[in-house]
Order: sequence, then structure tokens, then C-alpha cells
Amino acid sequence: MELTVQSLAPQQRYARWLRWSTRLSVALLVLGYAAYVSGLLPAHVPIENLPQLWSLPAGRFLQETGVKPGWGWASFLPNGDMVVLAAIALLISTSILCLAAVIPLFRQRGERLFVGICILQILVLALAGSGLFSVR
Amino acid sequence: MMATLASLGATAPWWAWPLALFIACFFLGIVAVPAGVGGGVLFVPIIAGFFPFHLDFVRGAGLLVALAGALSAGPRLLEGGLANLRLALPFALVSSISSIGGALLGLSLPTAIVQTALGVLILGILLLMARAKNSEIPRVDAPDVLSQTLQLHGVFRDGSSGREIEWRAHRTPLGLFLFVFIGIIAGMFGLGAGWANVPALNLVMGIPLKVAAGTSSFIISPAAALVYLNEGALLPMIAAPSVIGMMLGARVGGYVLNIVRASVIRRLVMALMLFAGIRALAKGLGVWN
Repeated sequence: MELTVQSLAPQQRYARWLRWSTRLSVALLVLGYAAYVSGLLPAHVPIENLPQLWSLPAGRFLQETGVKPGWGWASFLPNGDMVVLAAIALLISTSILCLAAVIPLFRQRGERLFVGICILQILVLALAGSGLFSVR
Repeated sequence: MMATLASLGATAPWWAWPLALFIACFFLGIVAVPAGVGGGVLFVPIIAGFFPFHLDFVRGAGLLVALAGALSAGPRLLEGGLANLRLALPFALVSSISSIGGALLGLSLPTAIVQTALGVLILGILLLMARAKNSEIPRVDAPDVLSQTLQLHGVFRDGSSGREIEWRAHRTPLGLFLFVFIGIIAGMFGLGAGWANVPALNLVMGIPLKVAAGTSSFIISPAAALVYLNEGALLPMIAAPSVIGMMLGARVGGYVLNIVRASVIRRLVMALMLFAGIRALAKGLGVWN
């Protein structure tokens, strides 16, 4: 029942990776947003048009702004609004990095079940991010 | 008040609403920590009820707010032993898969139906908050086979008593089953799932309350947020000020917890949720637009 130092190793490594990846993505989000609203970076969707667009459903918004679903937004980088989306995508994906970082530790300890769970979770997140699942 | 807000929406400069959103999220962040609720469960009904943004964008931002809060608190919880990675991973996997289904369902249903269901859900969560009697350290006589296989046990040091407390899980298959539904609801409505994760881990699986609350943040799945991103339901002008405001507010909330009684804040939050739940229900039914 007692927790050993070894059994805490994946948890400690996950925490370290989580701390730095979250800090990096939040810093990018803040800087990207500042550059976007200050006009330092141009916007794909003019900011002053947003009040007419943000009350539309997401599908209509995409149609009106000429952005394709999935990763279509990435083709409009480095516009400011898309830089913010890139920072958001990074923030959402931090757990993929953290999971990948702990797999070798679980493998060293012969914990195949947890290696499998981590790999499956990464696959699920990759599938969710791939745009294969869509309502459009 | 609604007419005033609507007229403000039509005439205000573009920056007025994002600024109002930032300020609202800052205050939501302050009260969310002492009240012991995730940001998402407050954010979605309040912002959807009183701001001019479409529910799709509010749900997308709600997931992001819940995720950002969980990610920023995560390292400290893991290092302090108040969150358990082994416990979180199997449940995060199950709720990830189901939250994708929930997100797709939520984005394909008519807005009025989702809005009405959101009102019912918020009022239901309120009832759960008022009635559920979480157990500080539940008694677990015998762990089940799955819990033993996954080694769902551990030790944590209780800061208030200074004691080291051993814990283990039971009823793991039932817990996994519950997390399928929790994931669907979280993905569908853009809520974080702490309101459901904590009772499921604590009351059903026998995890001590502090470990359940700490681990709960790791079961908030980013999978649904990725679906919202793909579907164009994450609008930078809404998502960024929400996340930044909520994260700054949560830092202040940590200090507020030391000077204001948590029960007072909790009552305030429950009153806010009651109002927002009624508003969501009425908006969905078309009786208060």
C-alpha cells in the first residue's frame, strides 16, 4: 500500500512538463492576444466586424469568414486572431506532451497497462484534433 | 436589464464586450476557488445568459476556461500528492472518448434545445451542490479487482491535521461507467466536470475528498475542446479574455479564501447559479430573450 519514490516518478515528471508547457502556452496566448487587439498583427476577421458575427452559430461564422472547419484556420497564420488560436491549440495539447513524457517511465517499471492507457489517450486526443469527427 | 444589455450590444464599440467579459471572468475566478467549483460551470450559464455571444462560442470558451484552470493548478496538486496520476489516467481516457461524442452532439443539436437543457442541468447541479454530503475520508473495506490491477491506492499528507492518510478505491467499474456520462455532459455543454467528478470519485469510489478534488482536474478532458476548435467554436476574441481573466481571478481567489468564509462565497455562487440556470432555461424556452 505504501507509495514508493519510484511510483511517484511519473507523477513528478508529468507535473514538471505540465508546468512548463502551460506557462509557455499561456505566455503565447497573452502575447498573441495583445498583438491581435493592439493591431500589431493584422486580423483575418476585422475586429470591428466581430459584433455582427459573434452571435452567429459557429458553422455560419466559418462560412461568413471564409475559414474551413478543421485546421483551416492555420492557413491564415500569422494573422493575429489565428496566432491566438495557435496558442489555444498549444494550450489544449499540453497533456499530449505530458503523457508522451511519462510513457518511458511506465515502460521502465513494466507497467504495460499504463503504457497502453497513455498511448490510447494520445491517440484519442490526436483523433479529436484531426478533424475527422465533424458535424459539418 | 436585458433590454439595456441588448441595446448596449448594438451600439457599444467592439472592445466593450471583451472588456466586460474579462472583468466578469476575473470576478468569476475569484469566487470559483473559495466556492470549490470549477470555472466552467459558472462561466457557461452566466456568459451565455447575459452576453451577446452565440452559445457555441461560450461552450468552447467554457471548456478552455475549465482546462486552463486545471492545467495551471495541476503541477502543484501532483507534486503535493493531492492529485494522483494513476487514478486520473483511466478515467480521463473514458471521459475523453465520451466527451468527443458529447461535443459533437451539442454542436449538432438546435441551440434552443441545448440552452434549455443547460438551464435544467445547472439547476440540477445546484441541487447536487446543496444536498450532496461529501465524505472527508470514506471507508473502503476491500478494493475491487480492477482497482487492484490498476493499483489505485496511495498516501497523502493532510495539511490541516498533518496526518499521512492511506487510501484505496473500490467500485471502479461503476466509476468508469459514470465517467462515460460525465464526459458526454462536459463535452455537450462546455462545462468542466468537477461538480460531477468529485462526488463520483469520493462518494462512489471511496477516494478521500481532497484527493478526489485534486485528481478531478486531471479528468477534465481536452478532447472536447479540440472538437470545438475544429468546428470553429473557439473565437479568439471570446476565449482569450475569458481564460486570462479567470486565471488572474483564481489567483486572487486563493487569497480571498483566507479572509472570507468559504460558506459565504459558496452561498453567493449558488445564488448566481440559480439566477443563471433560470435565465438559461427561460432563454431556451423563448420566454426571456
